[in-house]
Amino acid sequence: MQSEKNRTQLAALPMSLWALLFVGMSLLYIIGLSLLSRGEGFTSQGPLSLDNYARLGSPVYVKSLLLSMRLAGLTTLICLFMGYPFAYFIAKTRPRVRTWLLILLIAPFWTNALIRIYGWKILFYANGPLNTLLMRLGLIQRPLKLLYTEMSVLVGMVYAMIPFFVLPVYSSVERIDWTMVEASRDLGASPLKAFLTVTVPMTAPGMVAGLVLTFIPSIGLFFISDLLGGSNTMLWGNLIHNELLKSHDMPFAATLSVVLLLLTGLIILLYRRMGGKAENMFF
Amino acid sequence: MKKNSPLAIVYITAVMLMLYLPILVVVLFSFNANTTRTAVMNFTGFSLHWYQGLFDATSGYGTQLLASVEVAFWSVLAASVLGTLGAVGMLRRPLRKSLAGRAASGALSLGEQLAMLPMMIPELILGIAFMSLFTFLKLPFGKMTLILSHITFCVPYILITVKSRLSTLDPALNEAARDLGASPLKAFFTITLPLAAPAILSGSLLAFAMSMDDFVISFFVTGAETTTLPLKVYSSVKVGVTPQVNALCTVMLGAAFLLVGLGQLISAASERRQAQTKGA
Repeated sequence: MQSEKNRTQLAALPMSLWALLFVGMSLLYIIGLSLLSRGEGFTSQGPLSLDNYARLGSPVYVKSLLLSMRLAGLTTLICLFMGYPFAYFIAKTRPRVRTWLLILLIAPFWTNALIRIYGWKILFYANGPLNTLLMRLGLIQRPLKLLYTEMSVLVGMVYAMIPFFVLPVYSSVERIDWTMVEASRDLGASPLKAFLTVTVPMTAPGMVAGLVLTFIPSIGLFFISDLLGGSNTMLWGNLIHNELLKSHDMPFAATLSVVLLLLTGLIILLYRRMGGKAENMFF
Repeated sequence: MKKNSPLAIVYITAVMLMLYLPILVVVLFSFNANTTRTAVMNFTGFSLHWYQGLFDATSGYGTQLLASVEVAFWSVLAASVLGTLGAVGMLRRPLRKSLAGRAASGALSLGEQLAMLPMMIPELILGIAFMSLFTFLKLPFGKMTLILSHITFCVPYILITVKSRLSTLDPALNEAARDLGASPLKAFFTITLPLAAPAILSGSLLAFAMSMDDFVISFFVTGAETTTLPLKVYSSVKVGVTPQVNALCTVMLGAAFLLVGLGQLISAASERRQAQTKGA
């Protein structure tokens, strides 16, 4: 039986080899690339040096990193306060309604992410629907500048990320043993206290997974700031994109990506330390 | 468990409205009769103008839609084989005593960890990593490189759904088949695979949607001759005045709801059937 189990284990071999080549090798390769310098066109050349990393100290990059972290942090925070009650209430509706609410939540994914962001762009135009509505209501005299601001980028980011927060939280609320909550109520806890001391800790795995799932993609996004932020909002992702396609500097783009990779690795490590499982990240 | 208060229902509705606001705007503007430069912001009346020639090979999105479907189809097919086998292999891990055995096990499990990584790291990093690797390997950029990278990020979706399904199955089922004389391969095809099929299907559907919608990774690994739907949408949206994308989005949303509705009907029917068999 032992040898058969060993052979069963080999079923994972094609997938492992695939991942070693395409994930492992390619990530190692950009780390190597980050130590080279730019050659002609899209090439790179030696010698090995840490010059690219020394460039990171310049204010442009520091400012961009801080902006990216701030926007990603704000996005995650808004997702938490907006998404948690949303997930909680959905989990408490009747099963039939719940199914449809979940479908409504996921259905936009089957359309195109870019077009959904484009919808916000239409809304935010100087004489677009939102400004027209506000002016007709007499709330403002002149159109507000909504598009190409940090605010519009934030709206787009929250909009794109919130389902990734809601889904894991929803599945952990759904698994709550409600008799525990009732017990705490019977023992005299107020509804708020029962919620904070019983419900929230029980949903912690989903919540932490949701935070990670929202924060990590947020620091790497570039098309939302591209469409809604114009050239005013230079996120880390936009820098990488520009280095690659405007400056054709592959080694430096790789350096910027390695920074992002390290940041991601740090967050995942922290998540593991807190006892988080990869499976919880999935709904 | 208490029912939701009216306030909760108001909250759910409000957030849903926010989620659908940009989509409703896109749907509304897809019927805009305004064909001048202000078509993106001023709604002047109802027309089907933007739906004409939407899937035309030259002026529309037909070619790109086909390219996207082709890439998604082959990627999901390959990823579902890799991911399902991966889930089967990862399910039960025997303890190793020999050093060589442990080393082999270690390499295998490193590969398994790496297979999950695309779901966790930003797409941008993967896009650049794939692009550099393909440049290094001198692979011509195009459909091939698109499919190779899409397979890589589709695997985790299938792996994780199939793995969680397999872990709920009773291992005795497989052992019984083996005791009754089935070969390991036969036991896999007649017991494990049919039981895992719903998970393989749902994982594949999710992966298909991810592949069809992928813009970031495709952006870096495509060649001059291959443009997928999201790439074409990006170039249209980036330039600005392109109300045709509104019509495209409306069609996609309609198709999505149709498919989801059908899926619901089918699963409701199968649930009824199951309930009947249990009753009998």
